[in-house]
Amino acid sequence: MTNIAGKRAPLVWAMHVAVFLLVVIWLVPTVGLFVSSFRDRDQITVSGWWEAPFAVENSGYGRTDADAALREGDIWVIEGNILDSAGAEGQFGADADVRLVAFGTSLRRPSEFPAGEVASTEDGERFRVEADGTYRVELPEDPGDRAPRIYFTAQTPPSFTLQNYGTVLTAAGMDRAFLNTLTVAIPSTVIPILVAAYAAYAIAWMDFRFRNLILAAIVGALVVPHQLALVPLLRLHQAVGIGQSFLGIWLAHSGFGLALAIYLLRNYMAGLPRDIIESAKVDGASDFQIFRRIVLPLSFPALAAFSIFQFLWTYNDLLVAKVFLPSNETSRVMTVKIADDLLGSRGGDWGILASAAFVSIAVPLVVFFTMQKYLVRGLLAGSVK
Amino acid sequence: MPPVLQGLLTIAVGVGGCIGYFYLANFIVDAVIFPAKGRNANANLRRADAVRPWLFLFPALFLLVLYTWYPVVGSFIRSLYDRAGDDFVGLSNYAAMWREGGQRAFLNNMAWVVIVPAMSTFIGLIAAQLTDKIGWGNFAKSLIFMPMAVSFVSASLIWKFVYANDPDIGIINAVRYALGADSTVDPLQIPIWNNFFLMVILIWIQTGFAMVILSAALRSVPEETVEAAIIDGANPFQIFFRIQVPQIMSTILVVWTTITVLVLKVFDIVYTMTGGNFDTEILPSFMMDFMFRDDGRATAVAFVIMVAVVPVMWWNIRQARSEKR
Repeated sequence: MTNIAGKRAPLVWAMHVAVFLLVVIWLVPTVGLFVSSFRDRDQITVSGWWEAPFAVENSGYGRTDADAALREGDIWVIEGNILDSAGAEGQFGADADVRLVAFGTSLRRPSEFPAGEVASTEDGERFRVEADGTYRVELPEDPGDRAPRIYFTAQTPPSFTLQNYGTVLTAAGMDRAFLNTLTVAIPSTVIPILVAAYAAYAIAWMDFRFRNLILAAIVGALVVPHQLALVPLLRLHQAVGIGQSFLGIWLAHSGFGLALAIYLLRNYMAGLPRDIIESAKVDGASDFQIFRRIVLPLSFPALAAFSIFQFLWTYNDLLVAKVFLPSNETSRVMTVKIADDLLGSRGGDWGILASAAFVSIAVPLVVFFTMQKYLVRGLLAGSVK
Repeated sequence: MPPVLQGLLTIAVGVGGCIGYFYLANFIVDAVIFPAKGRNANANLRRADAVRPWLFLFPALFLLVLYTWYPVVGSFIRSLYDRAGDDFVGLSNYAAMWREGGQRAFLNNMAWVVIVPAMSTFIGLIAAQLTDKIGWGNFAKSLIFMPMAVSFVSASLIWKFVYANDPDIGIINAVRYALGADSTVDPLQIPIWNNFFLMVILIWIQTGFAMVILSAALRSVPEETVEAAIIDGANPFQIFFRIQVPQIMSTILVVWTTITVLVLKVFDIVYTMTGGNFDTEILPSFMMDFMFRDDGRATAVAFVIMVAVVPVMWWNIRQARSEKR
């Protein structure tokens, strides 16, 4: 198979380029979010994340300080720093390292002169503004309280910060939601495994009536939409006193995950060599012993695959959490928090949204990249056969 | 009790309970009800073996029936009653939800069902074929596969940045500006097209899944068939479309149906991106509009989704049966 295209150099090149383009297209959205999550809030809205490594250019103005005017011969001189002046304060971050690139004396031409040059106006005023913002203005007469304004274009160097993450984890309450998500996901992953493993063994290696019917019921259950379960089961939970609670969502996730668990495990167990199991039976081992001593340890890859699936699924779930958990702040999981709270109340705060998204996908990404082998194996067992 | 502690306790009770149940049940069957000794030793052994599969199956079957099959019936019955659940109203919930936006949701959903599986499978197939042939293919694969790990909500958020109605945030609008446009557009508010922009998100997520499975299938295609085609002078495209693809057709179908079922269930993307506004409603998000407000309508929508899934279910069950022979 490797040499189909191997002999045609242009085609190989085309393949490299095509794969590269595909990867870039697939990565760009995530990279954008990742970069944005580290950017200063003020910069996110001023320049695109793809410009993040470059300085941000924006314009501002300041009024020179009339009180500081001094008479020198027959002119009045004002000196100071335009970035500290009334009006310019607050336009830039307090500790931002701002550099002026150009200035002007009228609103219409804010970058008429490069920083460091001397600008003369028709009225005989002379302006000199340095890159660091210090200015010297020479006026032919006493400015009184009408000091001239200076318009300027400034560059703020790229600034990266962890502040968004700080805000998300403290003020926005993501820390609580993160804990809640883990609280939902871990028991929902652990509980169904053993239940499913016994059932899978029975279907794979024991003989009984209705075996095919039960297998059909499990395969069918794989595709039953969870939407159907919401109303009847929520009513059932309320009737037996569980209501909307963590216990309820653990039960629901365990119930929903069982079909896949049994199916994956049965496929894997049925593929174990018959000899091992039969020779164990000949040696007098009971089904219980065969399961515990032989089948369960051998099925580790399938157990791992299911655990990863179920963990990712329950961790990432929004639907079941919205229905089976109460919607108050103390029991919100991250997906609900983002979808219902952050997107609603902080819809325009892109830095917060980006970092919240990254807090929520950090764990799945780690699980995904460290256990990809098992995940792929599980997918194949579930689909290719 | 804080939920974390409660969780740990539940794990302990759940796992301990399982072990206890299986151990005790076996012990009782073997030693108490059907002891393998005395006059009936042989008959008892046989009886114990006949009971044991059901011991193993019982907890799983109980949960499976309660959480998967009972709701199918329960939802259908509930959908025949009014909002309060007291009066039998026949199919009027179905008629009402169809009039009040259900038709739009259904049509949109049909477009999703056709386009998302088709595009994901097609791009996945191309990606599988290309990445299998180059040195850094596995690396490329895990990057394309990565969106699978991300929640639908986070994926939507990632794409909200792409679609943002602001040339300094959204790359779509930035590209428009770079090409000379002087006003922004909100891709999510362009009628009809916004549905496709939402579908892109699910295609982005599912392509990796299709790619991984199809790449395994492509590798299992017997090499002789490909080599014979090379000797006969087939070009790479002919080999791919005439030799390899026909041999993995059954896997392509499995991938296609798996994504189809997913499309019928995913409400997160529409819910997060548009909330169903601007005519982007699909059945799962439409159902959530009624959830907590009108159980009758909600279950009616859910049952429509179920009906849409049935052909796939039937096909899957048939496949599973034929494998066993």
